[in-house]
Amino acid sequence: MSEQNSNSQLAAHTVTSYDEDLQFLARRIAEMGGIAERMLEESVAALVNGDAGLSQKVISDDLLLDDAERQIGEKAVLVIAKRQPMAADLRDIIGSIRIAADLERVGDMAKNIAKRVLAVHGMAQPKKLVRGLDHLAELALTQLKEVLDAYSSRSPELANSIRERDEEIDAIYTSLFRELLTYMMEDPRNITACTHLLFCAKNIERIGDHATNIAETVYYISTGSQLSPDRPKDDETASVGADE
Amino acid sequence: MMSEAAVEEAVGAKTETQPPIKMQGRMVSVFYSGSQALYDVDLDIRQYQVTALIGPSGCGKSTFLRCLNRMNDTIDGCDVKGNITLDGADIYDASVDVVELRASVGMVFQKPNPFPKSIYENIAYGPRIHGLARNKTEFDEIVETSLRRAGLFDEVKDRLHEPGTGLSGGQQQRLCIARAIAVSPEVILMDEPCSALDPIATAKVEELIDELRQNFTIVIVTHSMQQAARVSQRTAMFHLGSLVEEGDTDKMFTNPDDQRTQDYITGRFG
Repeated sequence: MSEQNSNSQLAAHTVTSYDEDLQFLARRIAEMGGIAERMLEESVAALVNGDAGLSQKVISDDLLLDDAERQIGEKAVLVIAKRQPMAADLRDIIGSIRIAADLERVGDMAKNIAKRVLAVHGMAQPKKLVRGLDHLAELALTQLKEVLDAYSSRSPELANSIRERDEEIDAIYTSLFRELLTYMMEDPRNITACTHLLFCAKNIERIGDHATNIAETVYYISTGSQLSPDRPKDDETASVGADE
Repeated sequence: MMSEAAVEEAVGAKTETQPPIKMQGRMVSVFYSGSQALYDVDLDIRQYQVTALIGPSGCGKSTFLRCLNRMNDTIDGCDVKGNITLDGADIYDASVDVVELRASVGMVFQKPNPFPKSIYENIAYGPRIHGLARNKTEFDEIVETSLRRAGLFDEVKDRLHEPGTGLSGGQQQRLCIARAIAVSPEVILMDEPCSALDPIATAKVEELIDELRQNFTIVIVTHSMQQAARVSQRTAMFHLGSLVEEGDTDKMFTNPDDQRTQDYITGRFG
Protein backbone atom coordinates (compact mmCIF):
# COMPACT_ATOMS: atom_id res chain seq x y z
CA MET A 1 0.00 0.00 0.00
CA SER A 2 1.38 3.38 -0.97
CA GLU A 3 2.39 5.89 1.66
CA GLN A 4 0.86 8.64 -0.43
CA ASN A 5 -2.54 7.18 0.24
CA SER A 6 -2.80 8.51 3.73
CA ASN A 7 -4.63 11.82 3.61
CA SER A 8 -4.45 11.73 -0.15
CA GLN A 9 -6.65 14.81 -0.54
CA LEU A 10 -4.55 16.92 1.83
CA ALA A 11 -1.30 18.77 1.42
CA ALA A 12 1.77 17.84 3.46
CA HIS A 13 2.19 19.14 7.00
CA THR A 14 4.55 22.01 7.66
CA VAL A 15 6.23 19.67 10.16
CA THR A 16 7.41 16.74 8.03
CA SER A 17 7.77 14.33 10.92
CA TYR A 18 4.03 14.69 11.56
CA ASP A 19 3.36 13.16 8.13
CA GLU A 20 5.81 10.37 8.95
CA ASP A 21 3.88 9.61 12.14
CA LEU A 22 0.60 9.37 10.24
CA GLN A 23 2.22 7.26 7.52
CA PHE A 24 3.54 4.89 10.16
CA LEU A 25 -0.02 4.31 11.36
CA ALA A 26 -1.39 3.84 7.84
CA ARG A 27 1.39 1.42 6.95
CA ARG A 28 0.91 -0.66 10.09
CA ILE A 29 -2.83 -0.87 9.42
CA ALA A 30 -2.12 -2.05 5.88
CA GLU A 31 0.25 -4.68 7.23
CA MET A 32 -2.28 -5.84 9.80
CA GLY A 33 -4.88 -6.06 7.04
CA GLY A 34 -2.60 -8.26 4.97
CA ILE A 35 -1.91 -10.57 7.90
CA ALA A 36 -5.59 -10.78 8.87
CA GLU A 37 -6.61 -11.66 5.30
CA ARG A 38 -3.99 -14.38 5.10
CA MET A 39 -4.96 -15.82 8.48
CA LEU A 40 -8.60 -16.09 7.45
CA GLU A 41 -7.69 -17.70 4.13
CA GLU A 42 -5.33 -20.18 5.74
CA SER A 43 -7.59 -21.06 8.66
CA VAL A 44 -10.43 -22.02 6.32
CA ALA A 45 -8.02 -23.90 4.03
CA ALA A 46 -6.74 -25.78 7.07
CA LEU A 47 -10.31 -26.59 8.05
CA VAL A 48 -11.32 -27.80 4.59
CA ASN A 49 -8.18 -29.87 4.11
CA GLY A 50 -7.69 -30.92 7.73
CA ASP A 51 -4.20 -29.40 7.62
CA ALA A 52 -2.86 -29.37 11.19
CA GLY A 53 0.42 -27.69 10.23
CA LEU A 54 -1.32 -24.79 8.56
CA SER A 55 -3.68 -24.37 11.50
CA GLN A 56 -0.65 -24.18 13.79
CA LYS A 57 0.80 -21.41 11.63
CA VAL A 58 -2.41 -19.42 11.84
CA ILE A 59 -2.42 -19.75 15.61
CA SER A 60 1.13 -18.43 15.89
CA ASP A 61 0.55 -15.64 13.34
CA ASP A 62 -2.02 -14.13 15.69
CA LEU A 63 0.86 -12.82 17.79
CA LEU A 64 1.91 -10.61 14.87
CA LEU A 65 -1.47 -8.92 14.85
CA ASP A 66 -1.50 -8.47 18.61
CA ASP A 67 1.91 -6.88 18.42
CA ALA A 68 0.99 -4.55 15.54
CA GLU A 69 -2.16 -3.43 17.34
CA ARG A 70 -0.11 -2.59 20.41
CA GLN A 71 2.34 -0.60 18.29
CA ILE A 72 -0.47 1.34 16.65
CA GLY A 73 -2.05 2.10 20.01
CA GLU A 74 1.21 3.35 21.48
CA LYS A 75 2.07 5.43 18.42
CA ALA A 76 -1.42 6.96 18.29
CA VAL A 77 -1.24 8.01 21.95
CA LEU A 78 2.19 9.50 21.38
CA VAL A 79 1.08 11.43 18.29
CA ILE A 80 -1.96 12.80 20.11
CA ALA A 81 0.21 13.90 23.03
CA LYS A 82 2.88 15.46 20.82
CA ARG A 83 0.86 17.07 18.05
CA GLN A 84 -2.61 17.72 19.43
CA PRO A 85 -4.14 16.69 16.11
CA MET A 86 -7.20 18.43 14.74
CA ALA A 87 -9.93 17.73 12.19
CA ALA A 88 -8.96 15.19 9.48
CA ASP A 89 -5.72 14.26 11.27
CA LEU A 90 -7.55 13.58 14.51
CA ARG A 91 -10.13 11.43 12.74
CA ASP A 92 -7.33 9.58 10.98
CA ILE A 93 -5.58 8.74 14.24
CA ILE A 94 -8.72 7.77 16.13
CA GLY A 95 -9.74 5.72 13.08
CA SER A 96 -6.45 3.86 13.05
CA ILE A 97 -6.93 2.84 16.68
CA ARG A 98 -10.42 1.53 15.91
CA ILE A 99 -9.42 -0.29 12.74
CA ALA A 100 -6.43 -1.88 14.47
CA ALA A 101 -8.78 -3.20 17.16
CA ASP A 102 -11.14 -4.62 14.52
CA LEU A 103 -8.30 -6.30 12.64
CA GLU A 104 -6.93 -7.74 15.84
CA ARG A 105 -10.34 -9.31 16.49
CA VAL A 106 -10.40 -10.69 12.94
CA GLY A 107 -7.13 -12.40 13.81
CA ASP A 108 -8.70 -13.86 16.96
CA MET A 109 -11.60 -15.25 14.92
CA ALA A 110 -9.27 -16.86 12.39
CA LYS A 111 -7.20 -18.28 15.21
CA ASN A 112 -10.33 -19.75 16.77
CA ILE A 113 -11.22 -21.44 13.48
CA ALA A 114 -7.68 -22.83 13.26
CA LYS A 115 -7.93 -24.22 16.79
CA ARG A 116 -11.02 -26.21 15.82
CA VAL A 117 -9.27 -27.90 12.88
CA LEU A 118 -7.82 -30.64 15.10
CA ALA A 119 -11.13 -31.24 16.86
CA VAL A 120 -13.06 -31.59 13.62
CA HIS A 121 -10.33 -33.48 11.82
CA GLY A 122 -10.97 -37.16 11.26
CA MET A 123 -14.66 -36.86 11.90
CA ALA A 124 -17.20 -37.38 9.18
CA GLN A 125 -17.76 -33.93 7.73
CA PRO A 126 -20.57 -33.45 5.31
CA LYS A 127 -18.75 -32.12 2.22
CA LYS A 128 -21.63 -29.83 1.38
CA LEU A 129 -21.36 -28.04 4.70
CA VAL A 130 -17.63 -27.52 4.41
CA ARG A 131 -18.17 -26.10 0.95
CA GLY A 132 -20.80 -23.75 2.34
CA LEU A 133 -18.33 -22.60 4.95
CA ASP A 134 -15.73 -22.06 2.27
CA HIS A 135 -18.13 -19.88 0.31
CA LEU A 136 -18.98 -17.85 3.42
CA ALA A 137 -15.27 -17.32 4.05
CA GLU A 138 -14.74 -16.16 0.47
CA LEU A 139 -17.40 -13.50 0.88
CA ALA A 140 -15.92 -12.34 4.20
CA LEU A 141 -12.48 -12.25 2.63
CA THR A 142 -13.73 -10.11 -0.26
CA GLN A 143 -15.31 -7.72 2.23
CA LEU A 144 -12.09 -7.55 4.20
CA LYS A 145 -9.95 -6.95 1.11
CA GLU A 146 -12.22 -4.25 -0.24
CA VAL A 147 -12.56 -2.46 3.05
CA LEU A 148 -8.78 -2.27 3.28
CA ASP A 149 -8.75 -0.80 -0.23
CA ALA A 150 -11.38 1.69 0.92
CA TYR A 151 -9.13 2.58 3.85
CA SER A 152 -6.05 3.12 1.73
CA SER A 153 -7.96 5.24 -0.79
CA ARG A 154 -10.10 6.88 1.93
CA SER A 155 -13.15 6.24 -0.23
CA PRO A 156 -16.46 6.85 1.57
CA GLU A 157 -18.45 5.50 -1.42
CA LEU A 158 -16.60 2.18 -1.40
CA ALA A 159 -16.92 2.00 2.39
CA ASN A 160 -20.65 2.53 2.17
CA SER A 161 -21.15 -0.13 -0.50
CA ILE A 162 -19.17 -2.67 1.56
CA ARG A 163 -21.36 -2.03 4.54
CA GLU A 164 -24.49 -2.62 2.46
CA ARG A 165 -23.14 -6.00 1.36
CA ASP A 166 -22.82 -7.50 4.83
CA GLU A 167 -26.42 -8.61 4.39
CA GLU A 168 -25.29 -11.34 2.01
CA ILE A 169 -22.92 -12.88 4.57
CA ASP A 170 -25.63 -12.81 7.19
CA ALA A 171 -28.06 -14.59 4.88
CA ILE A 172 -25.64 -17.37 4.01
CA TYR A 173 -24.69 -17.76 7.66
CA THR A 174 -28.35 -18.17 8.56
CA SER A 175 -28.85 -20.87 5.95
CA LEU A 176 -25.67 -22.68 7.07
CA PHE A 177 -26.96 -22.55 10.62
CA ARG A 178 -30.21 -24.23 9.58
CA GLU A 179 -28.35 -26.92 7.64
CA LEU A 180 -26.05 -27.69 10.56
CA LEU A 181 -29.07 -28.03 12.84
CA THR A 182 -30.67 -30.43 10.39
CA TYR A 183 -27.55 -32.61 10.28
CA MET A 184 -27.37 -32.73 14.04
CA MET A 185 -31.02 -33.77 14.28
CA GLU A 186 -30.55 -36.45 11.67
CA ASP A 187 -27.69 -38.14 13.44
CA PRO A 188 -26.42 -37.27 16.93
CA ARG A 189 -22.93 -38.48 15.94
CA ASN A 190 -22.69 -35.33 13.81
CA ILE A 191 -23.13 -33.09 16.82
CA THR A 192 -19.47 -32.66 17.76
CA ALA A 193 -18.28 -31.80 14.27
CA CYS A 194 -21.32 -29.70 13.48
CA THR A 195 -20.99 -27.69 16.70
CA HIS A 196 -17.42 -26.85 15.81
CA LEU A 197 -18.44 -25.95 12.27
CA LEU A 198 -21.19 -23.80 13.70
CA PHE A 199 -18.63 -21.84 15.69
CA CYS A 200 -16.43 -21.57 12.62
CA ALA A 201 -19.36 -20.18 10.65
CA LYS A 202 -20.11 -17.75 13.44
CA ASN A 203 -16.49 -16.61 13.48
CA ILE A 204 -16.57 -15.94 9.75
CA GLU A 205 -19.85 -14.09 10.06
CA ARG A 206 -18.26 -11.93 12.74
CA ILE A 207 -15.29 -11.20 10.54
CA GLY A 208 -17.87 -9.76 8.13
CA ASP A 209 -19.15 -7.60 10.99
CA HIS A 210 -15.64 -6.33 11.68
CA ALA A 211 -15.25 -5.48 7.98
CA THR A 212 -18.48 -3.51 8.35
CA ASN A 213 -17.10 -1.73 11.41
CA ILE A 214 -13.97 -0.81 9.48
CA ALA A 215 -16.12 0.46 6.60
CA GLU A 216 -17.96 2.71 9.04
CA THR A 217 -14.66 3.98 10.46
CA VAL A 218 -13.30 4.67 6.95
CA TYR A 219 -16.47 6.61 6.17
CA TYR A 220 -16.01 8.65 9.34
CA ILE A 221 -12.33 9.30 8.66
CA SER A 222 -12.97 10.61 5.18
CA THR A 223 -16.21 12.54 5.73
CA GLY A 224 -16.27 13.48 9.41
CA SER A 225 -19.83 12.19 9.72
CA GLN A 226 -21.15 8.83 10.84
CA LEU A 227 -23.14 6.46 8.66
CA SER A 228 -26.74 6.12 9.76
CA PRO A 229 -27.19 3.36 12.34
CA ASP A 230 -29.89 1.44 10.43
CA ARG A 231 -27.57 -1.02 8.77
CA PRO A 232 -29.24 -3.91 6.90
CA LYS A 233 -29.15 -7.04 9.06
CA ASP A 234 -30.01 -10.50 7.89
CA ASP A 235 -28.64 -12.71 10.63
CA GLU A 236 -31.83 -14.39 11.81
CA THR A 237 -30.18 -17.23 13.69
CA ALA A 238 -31.13 -15.72 17.03
CA SER A 239 -34.73 -16.71 16.29
CA VAL A 240 -34.12 -20.04 14.49
CA GLY A 241 -35.46 -23.00 16.49
CA ALA A 242 -34.73 -26.74 16.27
CA ASP A 243 -38.37 -27.50 15.46
CA GLU A 244 -38.23 -25.79 12.08
CA MET B 1 -16.75 14.47 1.25
CA MET B 2 -19.67 15.17 3.52
CA SER B 3 -23.01 15.43 1.78
CA GLU B 4 -24.90 18.71 1.97
CA ALA B 5 -27.78 17.09 3.77
CA ALA B 6 -25.43 15.72 6.40
CA VAL B 7 -23.86 19.13 6.88
CA GLU B 8 -27.26 20.73 7.27
CA GLU B 9 -28.26 18.10 9.74
CA ALA B 10 -25.08 18.50 11.79
CA VAL B 11 -25.17 22.29 11.79
CA GLY B 12 -28.94 22.70 11.91
CA ALA B 13 -29.24 20.72 15.10
CA LYS B 14 -27.00 23.23 16.88
CA THR B 15 -28.17 26.51 15.38
CA GLU B 16 -31.70 25.98 16.67
CA THR B 17 -30.85 27.07 20.20
CA GLN B 18 -28.54 29.98 19.34
CA PRO B 19 -28.57 32.77 21.92
CA PRO B 20 -29.43 36.32 20.75
CA ILE B 21 -26.96 38.38 18.75
CA LYS B 22 -25.02 40.80 20.97
CA MET B 23 -22.79 42.40 18.37
CA GLN B 24 -23.11 42.23 14.65
CA GLY B 25 -20.63 43.15 11.92
CA ARG B 26 -21.88 43.63 8.36
CA MET B 27 -19.63 44.27 5.35
CA VAL B 28 -16.84 45.42 7.66
CA SER B 29 -13.80 46.57 5.72
CA VAL B 30 -10.73 48.22 7.22
CA PHE B 31 -8.09 50.26 5.42
CA TYR B 32 -4.74 51.29 6.88
CA SER B 33 -3.57 54.38 4.98
CA GLY B 34 -5.48 53.24 1.93
CA SER B 35 -4.38 49.59 1.87
CA GLN B 36 -7.18 47.19 2.70
CA ALA B 37 -6.66 44.89 5.70
CA LEU B 38 -10.19 43.52 6.08
CA TYR B 39 -12.68 42.63 3.34
CA ASP B 40 -16.47 42.73 3.82
CA VAL B 41 -16.63 40.69 7.02
CA ASP B 42 -20.08 39.59 8.19
CA LEU B 43 -19.95 38.14 11.69
CA ASP B 44 -22.40 37.77 14.55
CA ILE B 45 -21.21 37.75 18.16
CA ARG B 46 -23.75 35.95 20.32
CA GLN B 47 -24.61 36.82 23.87
CA TYR B 48 -22.95 34.89 26.72
CA GLN B 49 -20.85 32.91 24.31
CA VAL B 50 -17.14 32.88 23.71
CA THR B 51 -16.36 33.56 20.07
CA ALA B 52 -12.81 32.71 19.02
CA LEU B 53 -11.17 34.44 16.07
CA ILE B 54 -8.42 32.33 14.53
CA GLY B 55 -6.17 32.53 11.49
CA PRO B 56 -2.53 33.03 10.55
CA SER B 57 -0.69 36.24 11.41
CA GLY B 58 -1.86 39.21 9.38
CA CYS B 59 -5.21 37.61 8.54
CA GLY B 60 -7.23 40.47 10.02
CA LYS B 61 -8.56 38.83 13.17
CA SER B 62 -7.06 41.41 15.54
CA THR B 63 -8.12 44.19 13.18
CA PHE B 64 -11.69 42.94 13.33
CA LEU B 65 -11.50 42.59 17.12
CA ARG B 66 -10.31 46.17 17.43
CA CYS B 67 -13.24 47.39 15.32
CA LEU B 68 -15.64 46.07 17.96
CA ASN B 69 -14.75 48.80 20.46
CA ARG B 70 -13.35 51.29 17.98
CA MET B 71 -9.76 50.81 19.07
CA ASN B 72 -8.82 51.38 15.43
CA ASP B 73 -9.94 55.01 15.87
CA THR B 74 -6.67 55.58 17.72
CA ILE B 75 -4.59 54.60 14.67
CA ASP B 76 -3.82 57.40 12.21
CA GLY B 77 -4.94 56.68 8.67
CA CYS B 78 -7.19 53.83 9.70
CA ASP B 79 -10.58 53.80 8.02
CA VAL B 80 -13.41 51.46 8.97
CA LYS B 81 -16.28 50.84 6.52
CA GLY B 82 -19.41 48.81 6.97
CA ASN B 83 -21.68 48.47 9.92
CA ILE B 84 -21.10 47.24 13.48
CA THR B 85 -23.86 47.18 16.06
CA LEU B 86 -24.04 46.56 19.79
CA ASP B 87 -27.53 45.45 20.80
CA GLY B 88 -28.71 46.70 17.43
CA ALA B 89 -27.25 50.23 17.80
CA ASP B 90 -24.53 51.38 15.39
CA ILE B 91 -21.32 51.84 17.40
CA TYR B 92 -19.82 54.09 14.72
CA ASP B 93 -22.74 56.52 14.92
CA ALA B 94 -21.71 60.15 15.49
CA SER B 95 -23.72 60.28 18.72
CA VAL B 96 -21.77 57.43 20.34
CA ASP B 97 -19.41 58.38 23.17
CA VAL B 98 -16.33 56.26 22.48
CA VAL B 99 -15.28 56.24 26.13
CA GLU B 100 -18.69 54.87 27.10
CA LEU B 101 -18.48 52.33 24.29
CA ARG B 102 -15.14 51.06 25.55
CA ALA B 103 -16.61 50.69 29.02
CA SER B 104 -19.37 48.52 27.52
CA VAL B 105 -16.94 46.66 25.27
CA GLY B 106 -13.83 46.19 27.39
CA MET B 107 -10.51 44.88 26.22
CA VAL B 108 -7.68 42.70 27.53
CA PHE B 109 -4.41 42.76 25.63
CA GLN B 110 -1.70 40.29 24.72
CA LYS B 111 0.80 41.56 27.26
CA PRO B 112 -0.54 42.28 30.73
CA ASN B 113 -0.50 46.06 31.07
CA PRO B 114 -1.46 47.05 34.60
CA PHE B 115 -1.27 50.75 35.42
CA PRO B 116 1.87 51.65 37.44
CA LYS B 117 -0.37 52.02 40.47
CA SER B 118 -1.54 49.86 43.33
CA ILE B 119 -3.65 46.76 42.71
CA TYR B 120 -6.57 48.60 44.30
CA GLU B 121 -6.16 51.66 42.09
CA ASN B 122 -5.87 49.53 38.97
CA ILE B 123 -9.41 48.33 39.60
CA ALA B 124 -10.87 51.53 41.07
CA TYR B 125 -9.62 53.79 38.27
CA GLY B 126 -12.26 52.87 35.70
CA PRO B 127 -15.25 53.05 38.05
CA ARG B 128 -13.97 56.42 39.28
CA ILE B 129 -13.77 58.08 35.86
CA HIS B 130 -17.12 56.57 34.91
CA GLY B 131 -18.66 57.68 38.22
CA LEU B 132 -19.77 54.17 39.13
CA ALA B 133 -19.13 54.56 42.87
CA ARG B 134 -19.73 57.39 45.33
CA ASN B 135 -17.81 56.48 48.46
CA LYS B 136 -14.99 54.29 49.74
CA THR B 137 -17.34 51.50 50.74
CA GLU B 138 -18.70 51.28 47.21
CA PHE B 139 -15.20 51.37 45.71
CA ASP B 140 -14.04 48.66 48.14
CA GLU B 141 -16.96 46.57 47.08
CA ILE B 142 -16.27 46.96 43.34
CA VAL B 143 -12.56 46.19 43.86
CA GLU B 144 -13.31 43.05 45.86
CA THR B 145 -16.05 41.81 43.52
CA SER B 146 -13.96 42.40 40.42
CA LEU B 147 -10.92 40.67 41.90
CA ARG B 148 -13.07 37.78 43.07
CA ARG B 149 -14.65 37.38 39.65
CA ALA B 150 -11.18 37.37 38.13
CA GLY B 151 -10.17 34.66 40.60
CA LEU B 152 -7.45 36.86 42.03
CA PHE B 153 -8.83 38.19 45.31
CA ASP B 154 -7.51 35.48 47.63
CA GLU B 155 -4.03 35.82 46.15
CA VAL B 156 -3.80 39.61 46.56
CA LYS B 157 -6.19 40.55 49.40
CA ASP B 158 -3.34 41.26 51.83
CA ARG B 159 -1.43 43.50 49.43
CA LEU B 160 -4.07 45.55 47.68
CA HIS B 161 -2.00 48.68 48.05
CA GLU B 162 1.16 47.25 46.57
CA PRO B 163 1.94 47.97 42.91
CA GLY B 164 0.09 45.87 40.35
CA THR B 165 3.31 45.58 38.38
CA GLY B 166 4.79 43.51 41.24
CA LEU B 167 2.47 40.57 40.49
CA SER B 168 3.45 37.57 38.35
CA GLY B 169 2.56 37.64 34.65
CA GLY B 170 -0.49 35.44 35.08
CA GLN B 171 -1.68 37.46 38.06
CA GLN B 172 -1.15 40.68 36.12
CA GLN B 173 -3.28 39.37 33.27
CA ARG B 174 -6.06 38.43 35.69
CA LEU B 175 -5.69 41.89 37.22
CA CYS B 176 -6.24 43.38 33.76
CA ILE B 177 -9.32 41.19 33.37
CA ALA B 178 -10.54 42.36 36.79
CA ARG B 179 -9.94 45.94 35.66
CA ALA B 180 -12.02 45.34 32.53
CA ILE B 181 -14.82 43.77 34.59
CA ALA B 182 -14.85 46.63 37.12
CA VAL B 183 -16.72 48.99 34.79
CA SER B 184 -19.45 46.36 34.22
CA PRO B 185 -18.92 45.80 30.52
CA GLU B 186 -21.26 43.73 28.39
CA VAL B 187 -18.64 42.44 26.00
CA ILE B 188 -14.99 41.65 26.75
CA LEU B 189 -12.49 41.54 23.89
CA MET B 190 -9.31 39.55 24.48
CA ASP B 191 -6.37 39.80 22.12
CA GLU B 192 -4.19 36.73 22.70
CA PRO B 193 -4.58 37.04 26.46
CA CYS B 194 -2.46 33.98 27.26
CA SER B 195 0.39 34.25 24.78
CA ALA B 196 2.76 35.63 27.43
CA LEU B 197 1.67 33.19 30.16
CA ASP B 198 2.92 29.79 31.30
CA PRO B 199 0.58 26.76 31.04
CA ILE B 200 -0.67 27.01 34.63
CA ALA B 201 -1.45 30.72 34.36
CA THR B 202 -3.04 29.99 30.97
CA ALA B 203 -5.25 27.32 32.52
CA LYS B 204 -6.36 29.79 35.19
CA VAL B 205 -7.27 32.40 32.61
CA GLU B 206 -9.14 29.80 30.55
CA GLU B 207 -11.03 28.68 33.64
CA LEU B 208 -11.83 32.34 34.27
CA ILE B 209 -13.08 32.85 30.71
CA ASP B 210 -15.44 29.94 31.20
CA GLU B 211 -16.83 31.50 34.38
CA LEU B 212 -17.07 34.99 32.90
CA ARG B 213 -19.21 33.60 30.10
CA GLN B 214 -22.12 33.43 32.58
CA ASN B 215 -22.28 37.24 32.68
CA PHE B 216 -20.32 38.56 29.73
CA THR B 217 -20.05 38.07 26.01
CA ILE B 218 -16.46 37.32 25.09
CA VAL B 219 -14.52 37.59 21.85
CA ILE B 220 -11.02 36.14 21.94
CA VAL B 221 -8.22 36.23 19.39
CA THR B 222 -5.82 33.35 19.85
CA HIS B 223 -3.00 31.66 17.99
CA SER B 224 -3.49 28.48 19.96
CA MET B 225 -5.91 26.17 18.16
CA GLN B 226 -6.27 24.10 21.29
CA GLN B 227 -7.16 27.17 23.29
CA ALA B 228 -9.80 28.20 20.76
CA ALA B 229 -11.19 24.67 20.83
CA ARG B 230 -11.21 24.60 24.63
CA VAL B 231 -12.68 27.98 25.53
CA SER B 232 -15.02 28.97 22.70
CA GLN B 233 -18.47 27.95 21.55
CA ARG B 234 -18.18 29.63 18.16
CA THR B 235 -15.08 29.95 16.03
CA ALA B 236 -14.42 32.28 13.11
CA MET B 237 -11.52 31.58 10.78
CA PHE B 238 -9.88 34.53 8.98
CA HIS B 239 -7.46 34.42 6.07
CA LEU B 240 -5.95 37.27 4.04
CA GLY B 241 -8.40 39.76 5.49
CA SER B 242 -11.53 37.72 4.77
CA LEU B 243 -13.76 35.63 6.96
CA VAL B 244 -13.30 32.09 5.62
CA GLU B 245 -15.67 30.16 7.81
CA GLU B 246 -17.62 30.65 11.01
CA GLY B 247 -19.41 28.02 12.99
CA ASP B 248 -19.87 25.82 15.98
CA THR B 249 -16.45 25.27 17.60
CA ASP B 250 -16.92 21.52 18.03
CA LYS B 251 -17.55 21.14 14.34
CA MET B 252 -14.83 23.57 13.25
CA PHE B 253 -12.13 21.54 14.96
CA THR B 254 -13.34 18.08 14.02
CA ASN B 255 -14.81 18.60 10.56
CA PRO B 256 -14.47 22.11 9.09
CA ASP B 257 -16.16 22.82 5.76
CA ASP B 258 -13.47 24.98 4.22
CA GLN B 259 -10.20 23.50 2.99
CA ARG B 260 -8.28 26.57 4.25
CA THR B 261 -9.62 26.03 7.76
CA GLN B 262 -8.72 22.36 7.53
CA ASP B 263 -5.19 23.19 6.38
CA TYR B 264 -4.68 25.87 9.01
CA ILE B 265 -5.88 23.96 12.05
CA THR B 266 -4.03 20.79 11.08
CA GLY B 267 -0.75 22.60 10.47
CA ARG B 268 -0.59 22.38 6.68
CA PHE B 269 -0.66 26.05 5.77
CA GLY B 270 1.45 27.61 3.05
